[in-house]
This record gives sequence, C-alpha cells and structure tokens, in this order.
Amino acid sequence: MKETLLSLKHLSIDYKIKGGYLSAVNDVNLDICPGEIFAVVGESGCGKSTVAHSIMRLLSGGNAKIEGKILFDGRTLMDCSEKEMESVRGKEIGMIFQNPLDSLNPVYTVGNQVGEAIMLDKVEKQEAMRRAIELFQNVKMPDAKERAGSFPHELSGGMRQRVMIAMMLSRNPRLLIADEPTTALDVTIEAQILEIIKELKEQSNTAILMITHNFGLVAEAADKIAVMYAGEVVESGDVFEIFERPMHPYTTLLMKALPRKTKREGRLETIEGSVPRILDKKPGCRFANRCPYAAELCRNRTPGETMVSETHRCRCFLVSGEHPSKWKEA
Amino acid sequence: MAKMVELERLEKHFRISKSVFETSRRVVRAVDQVSFSIEEGEIVGLVGESGSGKTTLARVLLSLTKMTGGNAMIDGVDLSKPTKKDLKKLRREIAVVFQDPASNLNPRQTVESSIMRPMIIHGVPRAEAREKAKEVLDMVKMDQRYLDSFPHQLSGGQLQRIAIARALALSPKIMILDEPTSALDVSVQAQILNLLLDLQEKMHLTYLVITHDLNVIRYISDKIAVMYLGKLVEFGPTDEVTEHPKHPYTKGLMDAAPILDPRLRGRAKELMKGDPGSLINLGTGCRFFARCKYATPECEKEDPEILNVGNGHQVACIHPLKMEA
Amino acid sequence: MRGRGKAKETLQACLKNGDFMVGFAILLSVFLVAIFAEQIAPYGYTEQLVGGKFSPPSSEFWFGTDELGRDVFSRVVAGTRITLWVAFIGATLELLLGVTVGLICGYFGKWIDRIFSFLTDLTWCIPGTILALAVVTLLGKGLTNSVIAISLVSWASYARPVRAKTMSLKNMAFVETGTAFGESSFSLMFRYILPNVVPSLIVMVSMSLPATILSTTTLSFLGLGSQAPSPDWGLALSIGITYIVNAPWLSIFPGIALVYTVLGFNLLGEGLRDILDPHMKSQ
Repeated sequence: MKETLLSLKHLSIDYKIKGGYLSAVNDVNLDICPGEIFAVVGESGCGKSTVAHSIMRLLSGGNAKIEGKILFDGRTLMDCSEKEMESVRGKEIGMIFQNPLDSLNPVYTVGNQVGEAIMLDKVEKQEAMRRAIELFQNVKMPDAKERAGSFPHELSGGMRQRVMIAMMLSRNPRLLIADEPTTALDVTIEAQILEIIKELKEQSNTAILMITHNFGLVAEAADKIAVMYAGEVVESGDVFEIFERPMHPYTTLLMKALPRKTKREGRLETIEGSVPRILDKKPGCRFANRCPYAAELCRNRTPGETMVSETHRCRCFLVSGEHPSKWKEA
Repeated sequence: MAKMVELERLEKHFRISKSVFETSRRVVRAVDQVSFSIEEGEIVGLVGESGSGKTTLARVLLSLTKMTGGNAMIDGVDLSKPTKKDLKKLRREIAVVFQDPASNLNPRQTVESSIMRPMIIHGVPRAEAREKAKEVLDMVKMDQRYLDSFPHQLSGGQLQRIAIARALALSPKIMILDEPTSALDVSVQAQILNLLLDLQEKMHLTYLVITHDLNVIRYISDKIAVMYLGKLVEFGPTDEVTEHPKHPYTKGLMDAAPILDPRLRGRAKELMKGDPGSLINLGTGCRFFARCKYATPECEKEDPEILNVGNGHQVACIHPLKMEA
Repeated sequence: MRGRGKAKETLQACLKNGDFMVGFAILLSVFLVAIFAEQIAPYGYTEQLVGGKFSPPSSEFWFGTDELGRDVFSRVVAGTRITLWVAFIGATLELLLGVTVGLICGYFGKWIDRIFSFLTDLTWCIPGTILALAVVTLLGKGLTNSVIAISLVSWASYARPVRAKTMSLKNMAFVETGTAFGESSFSLMFRYILPNVVPSLIVMVSMSLPATILSTTTLSFLGLGSQAPSPDWGLALSIGITYIVNAPWLSIFPGIALVYTVLGFNLLGEGLRDILDPHMKSQ
C-alpha cells in the first residue's frame, strides 16, 4: 500500500452557538496519498470547507471545538505551535480558493507576488523572478513574461487562478488543498485549470485535496472521493466504484439527481426534505429523515463505517447488514 | 407551429464612455446580427462563456434595454418600435427568473406581496390576486404557510420556487430563465428542473434557458443556441448540436464541459486555448479567429454568415466541422 | 409571522448590544429632561438675579448662576429642547434632500446623475462651516436659519451613499424583474429600492446627527444661531468663554450636556450599525 500523506482520524468539529453546539463535522476519516486527487463532495453546508480549513488550522475564533486527529506526514498538526504551522502553510500544504482576487494583493504585480513567495525560501531576487516566470509558463499562462508585470485586476478570472496555482507551486507543497477552485470560471477555463491540476499530480506527485460541489469535476479528475452529508462522510473510496455502484441511499439518489440524460428519458430523481441542522449530537443516522429506507434502527443508532471493499467505505445499516430489510440493488 | 420569438439580425451595441467629460466613439457590439427563432412550446437553451452576450440578449427580449438594430418579433409584437400597448402586452407575456435566489425577491416584501405585485400592476383586483397567489404557490409545490414569510427566512430552493411562482402569476407565454439552477445544490437543482419541465408541459410554455451548464442544457432543451462574443455561432436541435457540433467553438465547449461519468474521462478532448476574449477591439473577421485551430487567412478577413446545414442545424463558420464517423 | 419574526430578532439583537443600550439610555434621559423641562428646572431660564451674579455651584444652584444671575442648571435643562429640535429638523431636511437626490441620481444615471453629482461634489469641496456661514448671512441670523444652513451643507453626506446603494440595488434581480413585469420608475424607486436603503439610512442618521448638532452649536457660538436670551448650549458656551477663568461653570455645564447628548447619538449609531448593517462592521 502507498504511504499516506494526510490522514484525518475521527475528526469532529463543533461550533459553539446560542443554544448548544452545532455539529459541523462529525467523525470524519480520510487518508490521502501522494500523487492522488482526493475530492470531498457534498452540497452546501455539509461541512466540506470546514474540513479543509481545519487542516490548515484556519478556523477562525475560539468557538470551534475540534476533536480527533489530523496527521500530516506523521505529525499531529493540531499540536504544532503557531510558528510551526506557519512553516507548514505554503511550504508543505498550499491552498487555493474559489475567488483568487481575494487572495491576491491588488497593489503588487502578480510576478512580484509569486517572486516574493519564492524568496521566502532564501532565493535571490533575480533568480526568484526568473523562477516565477517559469512557473507562469508551467501553468500555461499566455504571454507569461508580460503577464508577470500585470496587476491582479488586469487579469481574467482564469488567469488569476493560474497565478494562485503558480504561487502555491512556487514552494513545492506536498499537499494542495483546492477549495472550489473553478466555481467562478467558465467551463472552458475550468477544463484548462483541471488539466493543470492533473499535470501537477502526475509530474510532481503532489497530493490534491479538492473541495467541490461539482460532480462533473469529480468525475473528470478525482481518484478517490468522499461524499459528505450534514457533517459526515457517508461514503468514500474509489471514484469509479462509487459512481458505478453507490451504496449509501444518499449517494444513490444524488447520482440519479445529476442531469446525465435528456428529458425524453424521464425526470430526474429528487431527494425530499432538507438537510438537518445537528445541534448537540444525538444518536441516529443524519440522513434518516429523508431516507426512503429509514427504519426504527436508523433513527436511534448512529451507523458506523463499513468496508464494502478494500477501496470503498460506507456509513449505512443497509450496507452493514444490520438493517431489517435487505439492500436492493437500485 | 407558430413562431413565438423571431429574431432577425438583432443588434445591441453600446457606446462606452471613458469619463464624465468625454463620450468616446467606441462601440461594443454586445449582441451582433443574431437571428434565430423559437417555436411555441419549445425549450431553447442559450449557451456561451461570460461576455458572449447571452444575458444582454435576454435583457433585450425583456425590454430592459433597447435593441439598436435588426428585427425582433415576440408573439406578434415588433420589439424594435413597440407602442405603449405593445409593451404592456409584452410585460404580461414574458416572465423572467434570474440566477441568484437571494436577490430574486425584494428582501422587504413578503412572499405574498411579491407574487401579487405583477398582478396588481396589470389591474387584477386584490382579492383575485390573492387567490391566484395561492394557486401559483400550489403549482410550484410550496405550502401556503410561506405566503407570510420574508425571503431571508427561506432556502435557495424555496426562493427559486417562489420566483417561478411570481413569474407564473400573469399566466405568461414565454419564460426567460437566466441560470435558474446555477446557484443551487444538485438535489435542489433536480427538483427545480423537474418543476420547470412539468410546468412547461402542463401550460405549454415557451422557455429560453440561459446557462453555462451543458449537462443541464442537454437535459432540458429541445434546441441549443451557442453564442460567442455577441455572435450566434451555432443553432439547432439539441442532439445535433451536442453530438455533431459543426462550429469549432461549440466543439471546444462540448469537450470542455465535464461529463458526469468517470468512465468517459479518457475520451478525446480538444481543449480550447486562451480566454473568452473581449468585445473591445474586434477585427472584421470571425470573432473566434484567435482561438480557432482550423483558422485560415480568410477567416481573419471575412465574418461568416450563419447558414443552414440541414436538419434545422445552422452554423456560422467558413470551415464547418465534418461529421465524425 | 408577517415581519414579526424579523422585528423580534432585531429587538433581541438591540437588547444584547452594549453600545446601543448605553446610547439609548443616554438619549432617553435627554428626551425625558426635554419633555419635563418645566418640572425639572427650579427657575425659569430667563429669571434673573435668583441668586446673584456668578455664584458658584451650590446646593441651591447646582450649576451656579451666570453673568445675569440666572440659574445655569435651569438654562441647561431648557437648552435640551433646543438641541433636540435642531437634531430633528436637521435630520428631516438633510434626509429629504439627500435621499431624493441620491435616489434620482442612482436610479436615472446619465446626465441627471452628472449634474447632481457635480453639485454634491461641490458642497464637499467647500469647508462646511464657511459655506454654512455664507448661507446664514444670506438667510439672516437665528436658530432655524442656521439649521437650514447646516442641512444645505450636509445633505451630500446622505446623497452619496444613497446614490451608491441605489446603483447597486438597481441591478439586483428583483428590481430587474420588477421592470420586466411593468413597474413604473416611481414604484421601483420607492417600493423596491428605498425600503432596502432604510436600514443603512437609520444608521447614517444617528451617525450624522452629532455633526449637525455640533455644527449648529458652532454657529450659535459664533453668534449667528440662537440669539440671547435663548438657553442654547452653543450660545451659553460662547458667553461662558468670556468668564472662563473666574466662572468656569458657565461653560463647563452646557459643555458636558453637549458632550453627553452627542455621545448618546454616537453610541446609538455605532450600535445600530452593528445590528442593522453587519457588512459595514466587517469592513
């Protein structure tokens, strides 16, 4: 088996709010290996971004209570001092966001900003600028040399995202967290950015944690996926296996809700009801209120993770065999 | 079938001003020479990257901005010089739903008054409007208890349903849906798409759906119109356009769109290079020239007309792609 | 429900906001003093020689007496009304002018916007007090005229944000939709846009009232506002300054009253901003 680079073990994050603790993330287990694109997918509010931010220790305020372990290359990130964390951010783990304009400094040229990032590793200025342009070429920036002299607002959304990726690559991180990296971009640009991310994985063996709500991206690029629902990973594993044979009722329904056909072939599947807000964890499956197969058991006990195969885990009593009715192949 | 919308060389040009004291002569051709028609009861999907002019086209059809050239007939009304009466008729017959659920409704109005408002303006008595509000809410499968809610108390999916309900209030003939599901989650998107299809079939509505999501377009529409930098580059039945695109741009767009099946990820793809480009400083030739890999010198000089290539399929390209075996 | 949910939420947020509550308490006390001025004040504000000239604060004359032997405490109490009157009239005038111009500019744009924006910019370019002085000279001395002058100078501080907000609201989907189903411009401005500007207006009013009060006080101090024997705080300060060495209480107490009231409005404004306009806070 490959060596794991990042490993989340029983990660739970609760926010203290008026009236109790809001369970944003519950008992999440993930293992990400080098050279692998791992996609965390889910609908808004499922906790996928919270997971990403907790890895970088970017959860703001003191009202988040984090339990469990985040292991990066054998180190427990939660025990690191703020100073150690600073050397981890950027150097070991890079992160790109949905809106690159927020992450770039408007008063410096983009070449300058990438150069600065390189100079953090004690590289001379001229060398850093040379490498910055090289990086721009690596991320397929058109007219890399000229563009290095542009300010962020002079660039299109796609080019800005390229700058962000170049900046992250400048320090050769071993893990890149991409939080909705293409959501604000046109499909043609999205495809180009996706190609760059794939190349990055193949050429530098970087591990990529992609946070997205876009199943198209997942189908195009991910090696493994974790489907999150209401703060829990309901199903995770190999992307082919999960797209072809989803086991969890939520994933199964979601796959049928995707517009993959034409209207002549019938209507899309829908999921009735809405995502619950989980206050002060109670036992029970979080999907039970919307699940067509929910039984008494599902409302009273929290299902654990069952290994469906070596590369496929699912959190459902139907799969574990504890559910009274047999799991019908849908 | 009757033609509901008929566009002939429709133009919308903007003059851009540089500063307060200077109006420049520069003109942005946001929608340029666009011709196509929509039959009654048809769903046409309009696709293109940002800056392609698809939203401007919708705004012209909604009479939110005046066209600057060409002809447009909507249900027998000439949009180029509408009378007050024409305009009133159009405002009843064309309804719109925009992308962002949060800004689609007036945050300071209850759901009920938001839905009633269009009817009040068009002279429907209050009591009748109130009844109709309940009826349309029922049509979008929302409970009547939401009548007294304010937008901030509702979810994105609910807001979008209400926006659709309001659009239905005046029993329109045409609905313009500008990215109706782009801001929604997958499961909610499916609900809204199903709802839109049900309504369309039940009431025999005509839809113009604008979206960048080709999977959605493929699912919902009968015909597809592809725009690039203000020009209509391809138009035709959905299957034709998605499976046998004739314009290199359409081909690039189709190849770039993610397919929701990992087994197909290895398929042959030709990714377009570069950005969508800008409407400013356009040359005289084909607007796709700079990004097109099939471009020849004549493409730079001559702006191709949109031509029929059979099966109701139209394309504006000097070297249309051959059908692949 | 019908809006009660939101009102209740806002009320709860108000009760929890410290700034708001302190500001509210201060202003409540000022209002009460203004309403019950006759009952509170032991003497009439023009009553002379009640305790002799320049008697220092004592148990009988809490704030002492002034150069004409009038009770300073009674005069400060009576001055409360003037100050609140100034605040009220000033706010109304500034709002009327500023909001109308802002809405029209933001909504119609083009040449209307250019003309009015130029006017707005112009009033910003001239120092406020000097412009106000000029206007008062034109209109004549007096409290009401000085408030009018101040409003004519400071309406621009409303017009600009209202214009900006109108411009962004105008492009919101619900306004476009309104246009598409046939709303008139008037209705779009007053039914769709204005109600959505109101929360930030409330904040702006409570933030700019202190400035209006202070500017009017300045005019009174310069002798162009309230005229003797008015108990106006600004006037009292201006006279008190002459005797600041020997009888500091003449200016100290009206001064404290002024600071107290202005502080009240400021705190209330800060609080309201946090409650009604969370975005502004984060900036």
